[in-house]
Amino acid sequence: MSRLIRLDRTGHTELASWTAEDAGAQRAAIEAFRRELDEGMLASATLANGSAEVVRELPLDAELVVLRRPIAGG
Amino acid sequence: MEAGVLAEAAAMPWRRRASQRSLAREGRIWTLWSVALVVTFGLPAALLIWIQPLAFPVSAIFVGHAIAVLHLQARRGARGVKPIGGPESPEDRRALGLLGDLVAHDERDLLAQTGLALEPGRLGAWLVGQEGAILVRPGGHRVHCFCVRVGEAGDLPPGDRVAHLLLALREDEQGFATVANRNFSGATWRLRLELGSRSRPALRNARAYARV
Repeated sequence: MSRLIRLDRTGHTELASWTAEDAGAQRAAIEAFRRELDEGMLASATLANGSAEVVRELPLDAELVVLRRPIAGG
Repeated sequence: MEAGVLAEAAAMPWRRRASQRSLAREGRIWTLWSVALVVTFGLPAALLIWIQPLAFPVSAIFVGHAIAVLHLQARRGARGVKPIGGPESPEDRRALGLLGDLVAHDERDLLAQTGLALEPGRLGAWLVGQEGAILVRPGGHRVHCFCVRVGEAGDLPPGDRVAHLLLALREDEQGFATVANRNFSGATWRLRLELGSRSRPALRNARAYARV
């Protein structure tokens, strides 16, 4: 089960979850992903080696995709 | 945007991308500045005692001023990182839960103990807090302190603020160091003196990582 999560005031919100077999859930996840990117969020896919990758398209094979706000120097 | 480059760093083309070399150079500049400070105040103090030993109190004030400035610099670095406190609301606990999932097992224990997330990287070992990060350079003798935060963090629980920074760091370590503003670089022991007792084990662990 793959998940699309947004970091927000509630701690985090799960926007979508999908499996490789569920095309409908994948479409819903892609729509939710694009909507969040349009609103200025940045997406980060967690890789198996523990690192993360900036993504502009929803990687359907990723286990976890996290949407975050931009960071800035303090 | 180039693949693998932090979006925030790509949006700042005027800022030179951080690297091993640039960090080493910045470290040398900070060291030179510290030496210049000690010489500026120490030399007149020594000269004064040589001319008139009874002027020792004035010399002590000179030297004390130099030491105070050095401490203030390190304190600024230590205070910038801001560890996570204990969870106070369900939102805090939820954010901490996700952050705990993002870090490895040993780092999770350290996070609970110190409020800082340890993240080994190519530039060194990082300690990430709510509004800043500490980079312990390879060898463990030097640290760089950075001010960096979520752009609009007003409503975010502390755990989420750290998760934001941790993800950005993992996406592009050099980009993260490029976006962040430096507020201190110096010997690890200088920072340890200024860190709260709760955060010191995190620095010790980061130093152990950086020595490997």
